[in-house]
Amino acid sequence: MVIDPARIDKRNRRRRGVFSVIGLTIAVMLGTLAVFTGSVAAQDTTAASAQAVAATPVLKIDTGDTAWVLTSTALVLAMTMPGLALFYGGLVRGKNVLGTIMQSLAILCMVSLLWILVGYSLAFGPDKGGIIGGLEWIGLSGVGSDPHPVYGPTIPHQVFMLFQLMFAAITPALITGAVAERMKFSALLLFAALWSLVIYTPVAHWIWGGGWLGKMGALDFAGGAVVHISSGVSALVCAIVLGKRKGHGADYMAPHNLPFTLLGTGLLWFGWFGFNAGSALGANGLAASTFLATHAAAATGALVWMGVEWVHRGKPTVLGLASGAVAGLATVTPASGYVGPFHAIIIGVFAGVLCYFAVVWKGRMGYDDSLDVVGIHGVGGVFGVLATGVFASKAINAAGADGLLFGNAGQLGIQAIMVAAVMLFSVIGTWMILKVVDAAVGLRVAPEDESTGLDLSQHNERAYS
Amino acid sequence: MKMIEAIVKPFKLDEVKDALLEMGVQGMTVTEVKGFGRQKGHKETYRGQEYTIEFVPKVKIEVAVTDAQMPRVIETIARAAKTGSIGDGKIFVRDLVAAVRIRTGETGETAL
Repeated sequence: MVIDPARIDKRNRRRRGVFSVIGLTIAVMLGTLAVFTGSVAAQDTTAASAQAVAATPVLKIDTGDTAWVLTSTALVLAMTMPGLALFYGGLVRGKNVLGTIMQSLAILCMVSLLWILVGYSLAFGPDKGGIIGGLEWIGLSGVGSDPHPVYGPTIPHQVFMLFQLMFAAITPALITGAVAERMKFSALLLFAALWSLVIYTPVAHWIWGGGWLGKMGALDFAGGAVVHISSGVSALVCAIVLGKRKGHGADYMAPHNLPFTLLGTGLLWFGWFGFNAGSALGANGLAASTFLATHAAAATGALVWMGVEWVHRGKPTVLGLASGAVAGLATVTPASGYVGPFHAIIIGVFAGVLCYFAVVWKGRMGYDDSLDVVGIHGVGGVFGVLATGVFASKAINAAGADGLLFGNAGQLGIQAIMVAAVMLFSVIGTWMILKVVDAAVGLRVAPEDESTGLDLSQHNERAYS
Repeated sequence: MKMIEAIVKPFKLDEVKDALLEMGVQGMTVTEVKGFGRQKGHKETYRGQEYTIEFVPKVKIEVAVTDAQMPRVIETIARAAKTGSIGDGKIFVRDLVAAVRIRTGETGETAL
C-alpha cells in the first residue's frame, strides 16, 4: 500500500484546525492558562509528526505490556464507576444517593471528553517552560498507536493517553465527597470541568509531563500529589466555601447503606492495582513489586485503623476497616513503585493512625468535609509523598531515587517542595474556580431542595420508591 | 370487652402471635412503631461521629378480647415476649366500648 504523506499532512492539519477552535475557546475561558496556550496556538504542524517519525524506528510495541496497561485502564475506570460512586453513595442519606452516584458518573464522562479534546495535550503535550503542555496534541493529533519514547516505549501512545484519562477522571470525582448532599448539579459540572483543565492538567504536567517538578526529581509513582493531594486540598477549600450541610451536627446523617460503601471499597481496592501497578507501564517486575506494596499497605492501613478505633472508641467498625484500607491505598500510591513490602507496611501503619485521627478530629475544625476526602486523601496523600522521600530505593526501582533512609536526604526536600507547590496551587486555583462558578450559576441547592434531597430536587428521581 | 396493646421487641412477634393463636385469640393488628422507655436508645458510631438513637424500633400488637379472656391474654403475651433484659416492652389495656363485624353487621362480643 502506498501512502501519500502529503495527504496525511493535509488531513492532520484539517483536524488540528477543528480542534484548535475548541481549544482556543477554552483557553480564553481559562484566563491565566491562555498566556501559555496562546503562545503556541499558532501551531507548528511539523514538530509533532517529525518527532514521531524520528522516534518510531527504535520503539517496539510489546503485547504483554500493552495488554496489562489496557487492563489497568479498565481497572481504573471501575474505581470511579462503580467503585467511588458506590463508596460515596452508601455514605450519604438515602435521599441523596442517586445525586451522589450521578456526580461521579457525569464527571467520568465529561472529563473523558475534555481529556481527549484538550486535557491530554495540556498535561502531556510538548513542555512549555516546565509549566504546561502545549496544544500540539490537541484532539489527539499525533497521538497514535506508535509508542512515545517517554510515555511507555513498549505500548501504543494512545494506551498511555487512555490510562491517564482514567486518572484525570477520578481526581475531580474524589472531590465530590466534600460537597456531598448540597451542591447544585450544574455548579458541580462546571466546577469539575474547570478544575480538570485549570488544576489537574498543570499539576500532572509539572510532575509527569516533563514539567518543573519532574525535572527537579520529584517522585510520585501513581499520583500521591497529582491525584490525592490535589483533590484532598481542593476538597478542603470546597467544604469551607460551600459551608456546612443544613442540620450538620444536629440531624441524624449516618450512612444510609454501608454495604454499598463496602462494595465500593472492594472495587476501589481491586481497581487500585491497575492504578498503581499499571503505572509501571509494563507487565514486569516493577508492576509486581508495586502490586505487592499496594496490597501490603492497604491491608495494614485497614487493620491499624480498626485497631486504633477499637482502643479509642471501644468497638471495631466495618466502616473503619474499609476507611483504613482506602487510607492505606491512597497513602502508598506515590511510593508504591519505589518501596519494598516492609516499608509499604510501615506506610500503611502511619496511614491508619494519621488518617483515623484526621477524620475523628475533623469535627473540631468546624468544616463539613462530608465524606472525609481531606482526612483520607489529603492527609494520606501528603504523608505518602513525604514517605516516598524517606523509603524510596533504587534497589526497587532503578529509574527512581534513594530516599532519606538510603542516604539521600535531599529527596525528602524535593518531595516537600512538591507537596507545598501542589497544595498552594490547588488552594488558590480551587478558590478562584469556586468564585467563578458561584457567580455563574450559584454553588448550593436551595435550602428546601437540600431538605428534599438531591435525588428528587436535582434529578426528579428516587432511589427507593 | 378490652383492647390490649402490647409493645414488644420485633423479633418476639412470631412467638407472641403463635402463643395467642394457640390460646384461642382469632385475630390481631400489628404495627411497626418506634419509642423508648427505660431502655433509652443506642449509640451508633461512623468514623468517630457518634449518634444517639433515642427511638428504638418496636412492634405494637393490638388484640380485642372479651373481659373473660383478658387475664390469660395478658399472661400469654407477657410470657411469650419476655427475654428478661431491659427493653422487653409493655402491655396496656383499655376498655373497648363497641365492636362491629363489617361483613355480617354483628356487634359486641360476637363480633370479636
